[in-house]
Amino acid sequence: MVKVALASLFLCLASLAVPLVQADIKSYEFAEPEMAQRFVDLTTVLRCPKCQNQNLADSDSIIAKDLREQVQTLINTGQTNQQITEFMVQRYGNFILYDPPLNKATLVLWLAPIGMVLIGLWALWFFGRKTHVQGAMLSPSEQQKLDQLLAENRTPGRD
Amino acid sequence: MNTTTKRLLMLLPTLLAFTLGLFLYQGIGQDPNKMESSLIGLPLPKFNAQTLVSPSKNVTQADMLGQPALVNVWATWCPTCRAEHEFLLTIAKQENIRIYGVNYHDQRPAAQQWLQDLGDPYVFSVFDPKGVLGINLGVVGAPETYLIDAQGVVIDKLTGELNERTWPLLRSQYLTLLQETN
Repeated sequence: MVKVALASLFLCLASLAVPLVQADIKSYEFAEPEMAQRFVDLTTVLRCPKCQNQNLADSDSIIAKDLREQVQTLINTGQTNQQITEFMVQRYGNFILYDPPLNKATLVLWLAPIGMVLIGLWALWFFGRKTHVQGAMLSPSEQQKLDQLLAENRTPGRD
Repeated sequence: MNTTTKRLLMLLPTLLAFTLGLFLYQGIGQDPNKMESSLIGLPLPKFNAQTLVSPSKNVTQADMLGQPALVNVWATWCPTCRAEHEFLLTIAKQENIRIYGVNYHDQRPAAQQWLQDLGDPYVFSVFDPKGVLGINLGVVGAPETYLIDAQGVVIDKLTGELNERTWPLLRSQYLTLLQETN
């Protein structure tokens, strides 16, 4: 039930978001259609420096609008995606990338999840093996009683 | 495995949680909007733009060199700029600080009027209606204040209001630069 509700909520939100983004792109003109796609890609992965939980495509802030126009200009003057990304990082730092590069400052960010999974796996193994041993240790009389109970509760027609 | 080791192992999750807690605790109270400028240690970006006062007069980054100074990004639509304006006037007059303005995303008549009404703390203001210089400086929003040395190298940046509380952060560096220059 919850899953269905969540799924429908997600669909509602998704259907809302798509037309908004498309309307936005139309106001930017490009020499070639392929450039428009690159514009969409870049403004999705570049983060708005002012409103920090939005990308350049989604944000209405002045700086995001300026940077969108800057991306448009750079694309139209023949810059590659990498050159445009470098342009942004030079001015706004790695902060502007939604996908931060692996370096000294972000090492913890990258390794912590792996570490936590490893700790979790270890814990599963460590605490799991004991219960396993205990579960198998029914005495013959206990096993007999269990079989009996199971047999009694078995409803005809099911199973 | 003996009992002591077992007991110690039982402490492990608590210890891990505590370490993580300590790490996260560091983040409390930190301003998420505070970003280190990428420009620190680098010279001012090149520009050639009109001044706010006269459309016929162009200035470049070279016009900001010679002495340590502040470069203040401001606009008439920005309430915090209004709040810090009085303070800019005070330090320009009383402490003889050189301040250059960058009039950011603004209308020329409104900005000129603002300086006439409230007073002009700036040596000059660069007129940047499209935020071109803004992007090259790495401006996120107004107000922002950059401290530059006599050669135009950006030493530090303050995001937000310049006032009695925030000025000392830049002031000590400014005074050091001034000593080095003279």
